[in-house]
Amino acid sequence: MRYDSLLDAIGDTPLVGLPRSSSKPDVRIWAKLEGSNPTGSTKDRIAKRMVEAAEADGSLTHDKIILEPTSGNTGISLAMVSKIKGYRLTVVLPENASEERTQLLELFGAEIIYSPAEKGTNGSIEVANNMAVAEDTYFMPFQYGNQNNPLAHYEGTGAEIVKDLPELTHFVAGLGTGGTLMGCSQRLREHNADVKIIAAEPELGELVYGLRSLEEGFIPPIFDPEILDRKFLVGSSDALRATRELTEMEGIFAGISSGAVVHAARRIAADLDSGDVVCLLADGGWKYLSTRAWAREISEAEKGVSESLWW
Amino acid sequence: MSVKVKVPTIMRKHADGNASVDADGATLSALLDDLEAKHPGITKNIRSEDGGLHRFINIYVNDEDVRYLGSLDAEIKEGDVISILPAVAGGC
Repeated sequence: MRYDSLLDAIGDTPLVGLPRSSSKPDVRIWAKLEGSNPTGSTKDRIAKRMVEAAEADGSLTHDKIILEPTSGNTGISLAMVSKIKGYRLTVVLPENASEERTQLLELFGAEIIYSPAEKGTNGSIEVANNMAVAEDTYFMPFQYGNQNNPLAHYEGTGAEIVKDLPELTHFVAGLGTGGTLMGCSQRLREHNADVKIIAAEPELGELVYGLRSLEEGFIPPIFDPEILDRKFLVGSSDALRATRELTEMEGIFAGISSGAVVHAARRIAADLDSGDVVCLLADGGWKYLSTRAWAREISEAEKGVSESLWW
Repeated sequence: MSVKVKVPTIMRKHADGNASVDADGATLSALLDDLEAKHPGITKNIRSEDGGLHRFINIYVNDEDVRYLGSLDAEIKEGDVISILPAVAGGC
């Protein structure tokens, strides 16, 4: 495949069967490998679209600095896009993000500001919002509220799945910003209104849930919970086990949120007699090596993962 | 028929500081009534004014979100584990 620019090489990722992941002959599980994108995650799609949309409507100009709260993937994607297009970028990242995320951000030239680990992504959003309000040199794409996020999935991810597997019956993806679920559900249901949409939601560390009040709660503005058919809470232990099994059983090297998605997909598959279940694997395993997720001893892996930002 | 209810940090002051309590109920609604009877004030923020679930609260039965299992009418069975968690941002 030939492209004039790296940005054109985003998307069109492989959809591969997971023949060893379903115990029923007529239930097939499939994985869309978003780790095949240029910086290794599905976020390349939204970074490109959010930046290009802002260039088109004039809200992003070269005198501005792009600013974004991120646990890593979106920041890394934005860093690549910024490098190619010549923008400065500042990301706000929880301080317990894995070292690979920091290294990738730095090598692409992004400035990093750390937010408190115990506040999780809520904390990085808060810091970024305060910065954006204080200084108008910043342009914040704000993936949690930017329609170009789900639109990238509607036009890209979802359309690709329909083309590759028109007979799909279920779609399972992680719930972070909600962009993948919103964009893909819309596109998949345009094709077949009966497709079931399932979310895997991370169960995060205790402290992250320690809000002072419920009003500090957060639902991404782009996300409408009504579009889901089911939602599963997946803890780091189950996600890790499923991620290791993906490598062990299917030869796939994916990030830990992918394990969470496959864990939820297996629960769905257990209730089916027939079906084609598509799992969205958001990134490759590279950024999680330092968490020791694939250590021989599972206890070592569990410790490493539970202490890090695995989503 | 008793089930275990995991209580989020923000509500533990109503549960004598405990991270989990036991409660009874054949439906989620009945369970919440029982929780409130045993630990007054604990469900104050769970239900919204219109009687549904507060949008910033997630309740899971065996790790599945009750919103898609009938919400307040969701069936609760012996041995189920209920988790109550506030809505927070997932990372991206």
